[in-house]
Amino acid sequence: MTTTTSADRRLSGPSRPGTSRPPELLRLLALARGDEKHDPSVPSTLDVLWVLYDAVLAVSPDRVADPDRDRFLLSKGHAPAAFYAVLVAKGFVPESWLEAGLGAAGSRLGHHPDRVLVPGVEIGSGSLGHGLPLAVGAALGLRAQRRDARVVVLVGDAELDEGSNAEAIAVAGRLGLDRLSCVVIDNDSASHGWPGGIGTRFAVEGWEQRQVDGHDHRALRDALSGSGSGRPRVVVARTVAKNPCVATARREALA
Amino acid sequence: MRNRFYDTVTDLLDTHPRLTVVLADIGIERLRDAERRHPDRVVNVGIREQAMVGVAGGLALTGMRPVVHTYAPFLVERAYEQVKLDLGHQDVGALLVSTGASHDAAEEGRTHQAPADVALMAALPGWTVHAPGHPAELEQLVRRAADTDERVYVRMSTRANASARTADGRVQLVRDGTGPLVLAVGPVLDDVLAACAGLPVRVAWTATPHPLDAAGLRAAAGDEQRVAVVEPYLAGTSAAAVAEAFADRPVRAVHVGVRRDVEVRRYGTPADHDAVHGLDPTGIRRRVATLLR
Repeated sequence: MTTTTSADRRLSGPSRPGTSRPPELLRLLALARGDEKHDPSVPSTLDVLWVLYDAVLAVSPDRVADPDRDRFLLSKGHAPAAFYAVLVAKGFVPESWLEAGLGAAGSRLGHHPDRVLVPGVEIGSGSLGHGLPLAVGAALGLRAQRRDARVVVLVGDAELDEGSNAEAIAVAGRLGLDRLSCVVIDNDSASHGWPGGIGTRFAVEGWEQRQVDGHDHRALRDALSGSGSGRPRVVVARTVAKNPCVATARREALA
Repeated sequence: MRNRFYDTVTDLLDTHPRLTVVLADIGIERLRDAERRHPDRVVNVGIREQAMVGVAGGLALTGMRPVVHTYAPFLVERAYEQVKLDLGHQDVGALLVSTGASHDAAEEGRTHQAPADVALMAALPGWTVHAPGHPAELEQLVRRAADTDERVYVRMSTRANASARTADGRVQLVRDGTGPLVLAVGPVLDDVLAACAGLPVRVAWTATPHPLDAAGLRAAAGDEQRVAVVEPYLAGTSAAAVAEAFADRPVRAVHVGVRRDVEVRRYGTPADHDAVHGLDPTGIRRRVATLLR
């Protein structure tokens, strides 16, 4: 795709600072059909995922089995179209897999990702509240092996309802897992909210906290790069909820 | 059996650099020396069983060999979705070792009892379940599992037979003869032999209820069409495996185990509970005798 559609402009939000999604990514996203019911939550993770794979994580298609690679764990396994599009854009997954349709019989790309089926996917996820405890274990395993690789896990603000996260937040803070970062996509989805703020709940357990505009690429890169000394880091990324732009992009890409 | 487990993993931590013990407070006091020597590989997450199993999955994803240990109900039932997803679905392994088999903790009440543990673990793909009947068998099984990346569940018990056998996963004929085959699983062998004294039956034994050694079971049964399984956990846990082993002929099977139809709301000793479930020698003999009529 070489021309910019109005959908691209809505997706890339030219009025927002530091934001530039490559047109190629939007074209791939439009190809990822079959999970339209989750479309509204796709744009909330797209920018974070792109920044992670484009500018933060030390991982590439030729390093998916490298024990020293950085690990990205998508805990919030819903709406993986954005994740798949980024994996295709970065060469982990062939584009033809998108064309097979998400969740189709014979497709390796489901409505929730499966690490056994998709190269570059570190965990199978879907049921909420599993990624953060797994990330804590991965950080402990890397530390025991004296490896410097980072572990970055993405959760949603509503996913934090699951009590397993509270267990993992406390353990990671107390054990000082400073190669672990947790990105919380905060699109105000939690039914009962988080009075006092999401970051506070990590900070009280010993985490370093950052707040960032979840669509601002430069700010995301700064917040996600490096790691705290002796403490895990939480990056609370505020994003726009209920954004219909993916469906619009699809319609226009197919027109 | 429990002390043998702590001694064995303490030893294995010294010799197996990938081995990592994950605990939820239970057992940490017995592993303090090991923790001092290997602070990165003895992980106590506190009373957080979901995190305990999730952490084990994450460790395994980086190539470590997690050994996870706590009371059976908190390991298997409370964290069951973590066992299913953080280990099995991630296609990684772990060695889970529980203490407090069935009603070992009779005085503690129902909250500390999980007689369905073998059935639950056997319901998940790729797990091997062992019920050792002696501390020496426990050590054999733990050492063997430590050398693999497989998904293995070992249920320890305070009950034990007087002498150890070789826990090799097979069904072994213990008392030859004619008549129905009685299969004893793990620590009930001595009680089964006592129960069957003078009865025209043969007795076999295994420490591995899942996957059940079908070939060994058929060999032990010979042409016999009557089988009793004495399983010191949920009655009928091995019913499907026994039916499959004898799918080519009619076999009458009796399963003696923890009753499914009642929650035993009483305290007392494990022997008291055995009597309620018919798992004491008298109850076992009564059930086996039904095959002789």
